[in-house]
Amino acid sequence: MEGHLLPGATFCLLVSFGYTLFTLGAGRFRAGPVNLVAILGGFLLLTIDLRLRGLAQGSCPIHSLFDVLVFMSWSTLLVYLLVGPAYHLSLLGAFTSPLVFLVLLFAQLGPVGHPATGRFTRDPWVEFHAALTLIAYGTFALAAVAGVMYWVQDRQLKGRKAGALLYNLPPITDLGVANARLLWLGFSLLTAGFAAGFLSGMQVNSVKFLASAVIWAGYGLILVLRRTHHLPPRRTAAASILVFAIALASLPAIQYLSSPK
Amino acid sequence: MNIVCAGISHRNAAVDIREKFAVGPHEIGEILARIRRIDGLAGAVILSTCNRVEYYTASVCPLRVMDGLRGFLQERTGMEDAPLYTHDSPASIRHLFRVASGLESMVLGETEILGQIKQAYAAASGCGATTRHLNKLFQHAFRVAKQVRSETQITRGSTSVGAVAVDLAGKIFGDLSGRTVMILGAGDTSERTARSLVSRGVRTVIVANRTFDRAAKLAGDIGGMAVHFDHWQNTFDNVDILICSTAAPHPIITREKIEPLLGRRNGRPLFVIDLAVPRDVEPSVNELENVYLYDIDSLDQIVRQSLDVRRAEVVRCEKMIEHHVGDYVSWMQNHSSFLA
Repeated sequence: MEGHLLPGATFCLLVSFGYTLFTLGAGRFRAGPVNLVAILGGFLLLTIDLRLRGLAQGSCPIHSLFDVLVFMSWSTLLVYLLVGPAYHLSLLGAFTSPLVFLVLLFAQLGPVGHPATGRFTRDPWVEFHAALTLIAYGTFALAAVAGVMYWVQDRQLKGRKAGALLYNLPPITDLGVANARLLWLGFSLLTAGFAAGFLSGMQVNSVKFLASAVIWAGYGLILVLRRTHHLPPRRTAAASILVFAIALASLPAIQYLSSPK
Repeated sequence: MNIVCAGISHRNAAVDIREKFAVGPHEIGEILARIRRIDGLAGAVILSTCNRVEYYTASVCPLRVMDGLRGFLQERTGMEDAPLYTHDSPASIRHLFRVASGLESMVLGETEILGQIKQAYAAASGCGATTRHLNKLFQHAFRVAKQVRSETQITRGSTSVGAVAVDLAGKIFGDLSGRTVMILGAGDTSERTARSLVSRGVRTVIVANRTFDRAAKLAGDIGGMAVHFDHWQNTFDNVDILICSTAAPHPIITREKIEPLLGRRNGRPLFVIDLAVPRDVEPSVNELENVYLYDIDSLDQIVRQSLDVRRAEVVRCEKMIEHHVGDYVSWMQNHSSFLA
């Protein structure tokens, strides 16, 4: 059964993704309960998978790049389920499921290794640091999703296209607010995660430290510029997509440098 | 048991004829009582709107009831050759389901008709004029209309320039309450558009017109405030929606003029509706960040797109309706009795 949990979760997200594509193709885009049920199913299967691997490893299951990608997918869905209701739950889900589906697919089929095996020594501060940081990444993923939705809606409005997307996407002002609030939430979690890392007294590779600091500073800069009205919502959305793409791309390097040699 | 429908609508009768057939709310009880005297008629519901007047009746002898209804309507309207249509089952059932779904409406897919049918049914029911078959028929019609609306795009988009403008404002700002509208040039269309926005919660309306008296009158009518045309830029910082419809021969809102003003808005979006011909707003204004410009052609195009989408959905709606007509006819066949 354990071997089927992850493919099952991936399949659930594929259903949500496929349904979105189908309704878009048919010109009747209206994310409904299908997306929500599929995402809930995927989230439950991922939760069970993480729980079982956590028990097997004797710690939070984030000891390999594979583990990290699965945990980040789970945290993205968690944040979506927690904050989604405020911003048209089903629609944010319709855009979230493709991202999580691709990350899970990459974790299982890409060159990222396998789940960590064996038991690991528990250090609560290190685990807290890692878990919080990955939940922050999940929040940034959702901010990037809101950013994509912002761009899509902006294109619809600027292009005067009265398609199904225009009518079914949330108002562009709400998307801008959602994008900014998710960035604030992610930044707060990341800051807390880094603080936990410092408190743990863990030894950190300088390249990993630098990469993490750059991502932290990147998000911080976006928020400061947004706060001072120097970065309009459209550019904030674009910046949140760009910085998340960089953060996601840097994950393998950070994970490699974190692994015990 | 058979369902008989007799009536006129905007499709076959001009307004001067429809007004003769119209039945006011105060007359419903009396007219229902009179038509129930028609031989073979078990019950009736009268639907009277500005676009149609229809009598739905339950009867065991449809031909006799049709003749009776024709006679009654001729007597009531004094028209011998009124373009009256009559249907019996299943055409009458199909007709009601189509009407309830907005397929027979003047504006395809409009939703007001369902509320009017509900009122008509409630009035007849209140007078004790409905039967088991009519109760079942109308409940079924409400379900059909709900399904058609939720599972197709027959109500998608808006079908007037004003309504499109309100929809777009909603897609930009979400909640319109607390928003501020500025009207530059007090024309009829801009007034209607502003009124639509006010009905959706817009808080403040500022009117600027070359003739200040006209601005003051319009502002008074819609609860706004008038400003002198030359000073409109002074009150621009708080404006969310700008409606332009002046008679100026050249654009009065240019990119150069508006760009410095945008810097003072803290990144808030601006929705510009240009209803003027020649246009009041330079098209390049749409390229500015956070500015969404729609001229009269682009609004009109959205209206046409909405109607095209609705027309394309008619076949799907008809399939759904046909399925429900079959269901109701089956039920009727299983529950037919002279006492129903």
